[in-house]
Amino acid sequence: MSGALPAQVGALARRSMLKTLRQPFQVFPIVFFPAMLLAVNASGLQAATHLPGFPTRSYISFAIAVAFIQGGMFSLINTGTNLAEDIEDGFFHRLALTPLRRVSLIGGLLLGVAVLGALQSAIYILIGLIAGAHLATGIAGALVVIVLGSLAATAFGAFGCVAALRTGSSEAVQGLFPLFFVFIFLSSSNLPRNLLRTGWFHTVATWNPISYLIEGLRSLFIAGWDPTALARGFAVAIGLLIVGLVLVAGALRTRMQRT
Amino acid sequence: MSGARASSGMWRVARAIVWRSLHTYVRRPDLFIPSLVFPLVFLASFAGGLSALGSAPGFRFPAGYTAFQFVFVLLQSAMFGGLFTGFTIAFDFESGFARRLMLAAGDRRGIVAGYMLVALTRAAITLTVVTAVALAAGMRITGDGVDVFGLYGLATLLVLVGYGWAAGVAFRFRSIQAGPLMQTPVFLILFLAPVYVPLALLRGWIHTVASVNPATAFLSAGRGLISGAHDHTGLAFACAIVLILVFAAWSFAGLRAAERSP
Repeated sequence: MSGALPAQVGALARRSMLKTLRQPFQVFPIVFFPAMLLAVNASGLQAATHLPGFPTRSYISFAIAVAFIQGGMFSLINTGTNLAEDIEDGFFHRLALTPLRRVSLIGGLLLGVAVLGALQSAIYILIGLIAGAHLATGIAGALVVIVLGSLAATAFGAFGCVAALRTGSSEAVQGLFPLFFVFIFLSSSNLPRNLLRTGWFHTVATWNPISYLIEGLRSLFIAGWDPTALARGFAVAIGLLIVGLVLVAGALRTRMQRT
Repeated sequence: MSGARASSGMWRVARAIVWRSLHTYVRRPDLFIPSLVFPLVFLASFAGGLSALGSAPGFRFPAGYTAFQFVFVLLQSAMFGGLFTGFTIAFDFESGFARRLMLAAGDRRGIVAGYMLVALTRAAITLTVVTAVALAAGMRITGDGVDVFGLYGLATLLVLVGYGWAAGVAFRFRSIQAGPLMQTPVFLILFLAPVYVPLALLRGWIHTVASVNPATAFLSAGRGLISGAHDHTGLAFACAIVLILVFAAWSFAGLRAAERSP
């Protein structure tokens, strides 16, 4: 059976991608909302660049990093919703009755998320550059942004799978969206941490792993190659992915026992 | 049927809807928690996370940055209180309850009025919580009692604006799938106003858009009322009343469309 594993993962990855791409209600928010928020924030918060200690004169170059994380959050919801729908309509149960290996079930889904994550990251870079953002690290930096954006989307997608496997309800997964979005709001998404002057907010943003993910991506746009920011960004993305996969394994075991 | 009897029928229907919706609201934490959490997160994120903007060159607001952002969150919560009730109408159509309600209601205007009272009650809960948290966080109010009354009066009118728009959409589409259609225009209009800094500090296309956006008048008036330095107050109230009249016609026409639908 080991030779069949790549074929199984490939088939499910393809299905996962097509399922998202064929639903305008899932594709539209991925592109529209981050682009719209970027446009609004970049114009509305341009005044922040005049604050002493702000790292750049271009707010759009500063803010573009947030779009990748918002895209990752949409990956979480879309992945979770798709898997929950498969559970609701019985497709997941039918798959479980086949000789398909468990690792293929989630592996295929997350591989599809990774490819879509890379695609949406490339789109955000393009939108940012058209809107006037400056990518300090050039083409090599763009590739690193795509890899980190894809990794983050996959990690968030794993959490979407956990929510779907635990609840088995697409409505419940969608209801979790605000909860996950809170992490973006309570981070260094709008101002650098040195300018977060409200004490408790600074503390929360410092403990919030999303801050480091944003700062890793942001460093490539405004600071050039910053090994510390990049190492922290990748460490958070990989750490979230590992935690997500461990939780998925537990949730999948429970779901299979129920099946 | 006499006018008095028709009016009594309408309010009987409205009261029944209010009781049922509020009963559901308090029994379902998944419904009321997001409506409370979202404004509080916005307040924390904007007032806490962006407080440094209060010292940006050219930024002057006597009541401080927390009060400046509180007004945005308050007015946004008011409009979304109305929008969330549109979701309830759509959900009631999907579940079949609204159909049965339309068959049973003696005067169907009571359906529009009932959900309107639901929106006002839910918004009152949210606005109270948001205000309490803002005051606990040290928000300063430099306007007087009449100004504060005016601020909450404006918020009440915006609940009706949000509700009128969302109810009209919900009656026409009768599906929760229309949710983005209810939310997105309101979200866009609110964020294309001076959310983070005053209008004078905005530059480029957003300044142009914000200058003609009615939400700018609402925010300027609200911030003027909380700080005691009135700004576009009359314009804001006039815009709100015109929008309420327009969306009342829109929601009643939606109700007629729902009555005609198979």
